[in-house]
Amino acid sequence: MAFARIQLPPSVKRGDPIEVRISIRHPMETGFRVDDVGRTIARNTLRDLVCRYRGAEVFRASLGSGIAANPYLRFYVTATESGEMVFEWVDDAGERGDARAAVVVA
Amino acid sequence: MSARGAGAALVVAALLMLQGGQPAGAEPRSGIAYAGADVRAMQADDVANPGMLWVERGAQLWSAAPAPCAGCHGDAALSMKGVAARHPQWSAGAARVVDVEDRINACRVERQHLPPLARESEDLLALTALVATQSRGLPVAVDVDGPARPAFLRAQAFYAERRGQMNLACTSCHVDNAGKRLLAETISEGHGNAYPAYRLEWQNLGSLQRRLRACLFGVRAEMPPEGSPMLTELELYLGWRARGLAVESPGVRR
Repeated sequence: MAFARIQLPPSVKRGDPIEVRISIRHPMETGFRVDDVGRTIARNTLRDLVCRYRGAEVFRASLGSGIAANPYLRFYVTATESGEMVFEWVDDAGERGDARAAVVVA
Repeated sequence: MSARGAGAALVVAALLMLQGGQPAGAEPRSGIAYAGADVRAMQADDVANPGMLWVERGAQLWSAAPAPCAGCHGDAALSMKGVAARHPQWSAGAARVVDVEDRINACRVERQHLPPLARESEDLLALTALVATQSRGLPVAVDVDGPARPAFLRAQAFYAERRGQMNLACTSCHVDNAGKRLLAETISEGHGNAYPAYRLEWQNLGSLQRRLRACLFGVRAEMPPEGSPMLTELELYLGWRARGLAVESPGVRR
């Protein structure tokens, strides 16, 4: 159950930077913790996160055990045309997730 | 007034001051006032605040089949406004004090004919967060009179009673020493107006009852099980202590 919240400006001028903010629900289990009876809790962190804007990759991040639970990322992308911004990610358990938001170029 | 009458009046005045839970005359201060700038900024920003993930998940569950909450309650923003600020409250049906989690589960069992959700489960936290968020900014206003009075008085006594291996009462920290340092931490007045809150220590959203159990663990006292009447009654007492403070749910705490 990994899902995300994305925030983009409601509309943006062509050529201007867009502030992209995303927060993803994920436990980011480090693999270094043990449960109440001493068994290791299996590592499960987000591995690769890719952001595509109108089909082109604009941002990629490799996350790991050094990132806190429910990662929050912020970056800037230059607006060209109206279109969809798609995030896709995969975690250590192999579970894939995605989220999308519309970029409106006025 | 006789000497005896004056003595009784003094005792009443002292009791009233004790009841206040804060230094006499002082307004309650929310825990966020004791937090660092980073935590305050995180709580104030709805994208950076991880608690909003649960609120959004709660909104999905609100209208999810079968038996959506929205079927009876409609738009949560309208129907649930102020609900969390008034809870815990007396439930005539259950004949005890109930909190928001109890209400949600009662609704699930009696109206939706679904199994109750476990305390601290992802879905119950999400629904509670959704309901609590609708009261954001409204003053906490629980009713401690009428049938809830005995529960309130029990919780008040619990709050002032020393317990655990450390032999500390809730008042030892949150009334007598609020605002002072305990190693790296500033002791807050212990108000529950931000719960369910995202605690950075938990890396998760948690209920006020989880926080209370964590506090009892800290003083090495016996922890009542989640959902036990004692904890719900304590929530009621905390609501009374925090009366007038704005609801901050989902809050962020260390």
